[in-house]
Amino acid sequence: MRWHKIYALCLRHIYLISNSLPRIIDLIYWPTVQILLWGFISKFFTLNSEYYSNTVGIILTAAILYDFLFRVSISYNIMFLEEIWSRNFTNLFIAPIKLSEMIASLTITAVFRSLIGLIPAALLAIPLFGVSVFKIGLPLLALLFSLYIFGVTLGLLVTAGLLRFGPSFENIAWASLFFLAPLGCIYYPVEILPLSLQIIAKGLPLVHVFEEMRNILINGTVNYFEIFISILISVAYFIFGVIIFYMAYFGARVRGTLINMGE
Amino acid sequence: MSIEIKNLSKKFNEVYAVKNIDFTIGANKTIGLLGPNGCGKTTSIGMMLGLIKPTTGDIIIQNKNINTFERNKLLSIMNFASPYVELPKKLSVKQNLQIYGRLYGVKDLSIRIDELAEDLNLKDFINKKTGELSSGQKNRVSLAKSLINKPEILLLDEPTASLDPDIGDYVRSYVQSYKSKNKVTILLASHNMAEVERLCDSVIMMKKGKIIDQGTSKEIINRHGRTNLEETFLKIVRSKDEVA
Repeated sequence: MRWHKIYALCLRHIYLISNSLPRIIDLIYWPTVQILLWGFISKFFTLNSEYYSNTVGIILTAAILYDFLFRVSISYNIMFLEEIWSRNFTNLFIAPIKLSEMIASLTITAVFRSLIGLIPAALLAIPLFGVSVFKIGLPLLALLFSLYIFGVTLGLLVTAGLLRFGPSFENIAWASLFFLAPLGCIYYPVEILPLSLQIIAKGLPLVHVFEEMRNILINGTVNYFEIFISILISVAYFIFGVIIFYMAYFGARVRGTLINMGE
Repeated sequence: MSIEIKNLSKKFNEVYAVKNIDFTIGANKTIGLLGPNGCGKTTSIGMMLGLIKPTTGDIIIQNKNINTFERNKLLSIMNFASPYVELPKKLSVKQNLQIYGRLYGVKDLSIRIDELAEDLNLKDFINKKTGELSSGQKNRVSLAKSLINKPEILLLDEPTASLDPDIGDYVRSYVQSYKSKNKVTILLASHNMAEVERLCDSVIMMKKGKIIDQGTSKEIINRHGRTNLEETFLKIVRSKDEVA
């Protein structure tokens, strides 16, 4: 991989964001609304639920982490869709860049794009609701890393779908994360799910991330094995996502869709 | 830099978009690819760029097969422009040229961008967003992008489509003067017969995915007993299938 090419691809998205104030506002607006909404719900539960009485901020922390995952995945999809919307697809795919460089640039830019929105929202939660996601401490970085890898994987799978099925796959891009959310056990313990679904859910990194987040906030202990498992599962899905993306690309070359891809 | 197309075919859902075409473009020559809509021109260009995988056949560029040799190395000496392919609209002209210059690994990029801005009269709108430009301006920017890496092989797909005669002539003159100053092999797909006659050393006529005639404009016109390339084109397109 050549870093100057990755940098050039990242630069395309950096220019896009920095050229437009509405885009920056849009990036900050949605996470902030999400945090406000879940902040009030969290406050209500804290006051009215025995389960949450000693664990102020569990729901809000879960909302912040989930929003990070959501933003990473959506950022990945949007950046890829931008190329289709702007009819730049062919120019990009005839430039001397490797697929791995394209994946790397989207992966790097997705995290910056997500953090632009999430950091202000996470900081806002401190004075407004007295909840700091940073209370999790250093394990927060590991949990975020696991979510980041999984978010990128979802992005890869959706972009593979865009390559395979064309822009009509766009709707799936928006719906992809909502599909997994019920199994992710973001706001409730995994035991709530029926046994059969618990088995499926444990195959996702989300359950391990959010269970561990609750464990840290409720019990004040860190189960590093659980964090390790979540990262391991995320990485396994990531490798699967990369393989699917490559297959979709080679399939698109056979079907000839790369040359006509556009709005 | 020469290009050899050997027995090239592409089949989509059991229908041949391109069928067994063979031709060679000699180094520093300009070849015109002519044919009605849907005759396989864009598919052929797509295969030459490595965007479409051929069903059969080979594309040999300077003795290297684009489908087996490391494609990126060949792409770094090629480029492509088409009015149907655009640059990101929300980025300025300069930003787009900077990004593509970096992707193609252009050295002294600022100097190269200044050169292109001067040559193609981009200076007045170089900091404007690409989406805000007129189609003539966009066309020149697209041409600038296609020349950013000083390509040795340039593929142009209807470069003057939808341009007014004045700007169309400007683009043709520029391509002509660029070619006279640089070593470049050009494949020009076009519906504009005058453009092909003016710019191309020889012409390939396609119909229903096959090459039905090739040679210099003069040879083809004489062979079909017509007075110009447009009449010849119409005769070929309207006639029943014939292969030279």
